Amino acid sequence: MDPEFFEQLAMPLFDQLYNFAHWLTGDRTDAEDLVQETYAKALKGFRSFQQGTNLRAWMYRILRNTFHTSRTGLAAQNTSSLEEEEAQGNAVTAHTVTPELLLLQQEDQQTVLKALAALPVPYREIILLCEVEELSYREIAQVLDVPIGTVMSRLSRARTALRQPQKTNPLGRPIDARTL
Amino acid sequence: MPVPCDQNPITLASYLDGELAPDQIPAMHEHIATCPQCAIEIAELTRLKHGLRAARGHHTPTLEFKKKLQQQVAPPRRPRLNVLRFIPAALALAATLLLAFTWTQHSRRQDAFSEVADLHVNALASTNPLDVISTDRHTVKPWFQGRIPFSFNVPELTGTEFTLLGGRVVYLHQQPGAQLIVAMRQHKISVLIFQASPGQALPFPASTEAGAHNAFTVETWQSNGLRFLVIGDVDATEIERLAQSLKQANS
Ligand SMILES: [Zn+2]
Repeated sequence: MDPEFFEQLAMPLFDQLYNFAHWLTGDRTDAEDLVQETYAKALKGFRSFQQGTNLRAWMYRILRNTFHTSRTGLAAQNTSSLEEEEAQGNAVTAHTVTPELLLLQQEDQQTVLKALAALPVPYREIILLCEVEELSYREIAQVLDVPIGTVMSRLSRARTALRQPQKTNPLGRPIDARTL
Repeated sequence: MPVPCDQNPITLASYLDGELAPDQIPAMHEHIATCPQCAIEIAELTRLKHGLRAARGHHTPTLEFKKKLQQQVAPPRRPRLNVLRFIPAALALAATLLLAFTWTQHSRRQDAFSEVADLHVNALASTNPLDVISTDRHTVKPWFQGRIPFSFNVPELTGTEFTLLGGRVVYLHQQPGAQLIVAMRQHKISVLIFQASPGQALPFPASTEAGAHNAFTVETWQSNGLRFLVIGDVDATEIERLAQSLKQANS
């Protein structure tokens, strides 16, 4: 693609990409750095971008990969336990109604947002891509570079973690219930 | 204790995410209607979805940062014209004219596409985007009769990944046209149809394969005196599939 088109095509995604970056980094300065680097990389690689393929998924993918290799990203991520869990055959326990769910009903959106901010990165990013950025499963698979089956099982676990933060945090990082 | 349900929670979530295959949806509806456990789970997931809506646009960039980034991605302007100084005058004039011509054509096309993108975005942003709300093509087609100066066929979308939501009358360069809104999963696609009369040629290329414009995928073609445009934030292959069914219905 001609780089002259880049501005027209990529700038409309700016607000959304910034929101995604800020949710990932949790910090304005880091989010700005991340968005800036994403656009710089995308501009550089734009010639190889195939017209007709999904620009949105492509931009999110660059941003996400940039985040994972950044200082904040490296500090925040620890996907090994997730990958192990996924390698074990996607066992998903049958759902049950728990007191936590009933509790959620009484809480407001702020609570959900705080729980989202406290989620481990692999869960937070997939929730953001699906629920906030409204990407399809197929687009999410492109962004994360995983099969659609993995998107579905990870999303399921992420939702469980979001609803029962204390129990299912796979990194064993204790989350203080008072901060939720 | 009620009998535990063996419904896979992933299937329930796919259903809510609009990712369940259309042929599985009736069975899912039936199941939810008879299984309190799944009905509660659906309610909980819906609640969570609503809660997460607050995260959309929650963090907004500063204007300062936006300007900074815009400068970073703006294409370098003008300096290329300096090259012309080294070309003999006549050739330079020809080159300039050609450059001006292609630039005008190009920007006219870009303008036309942005206007189409605006029509699409307006429909999505509007609280009452549709003048006629119906998933039935036999309702939508006659509705347009008398409201626009041409007629077209609405393809049968039942049983496909696309769902017709309805239509409205829109104007592009003072020409009335039809806009159909079609849903695909969580995405909405606009189909725009205008008369392609020679006097008021809309500045579109004769036809394009689905391509990206302003973050939307657009495909356009002309058939039997009508100009068709399909635009949405989905993949080119998906736009292409919808375009095919329109082409078949109007061939
Ligand atoms: Zn059930």
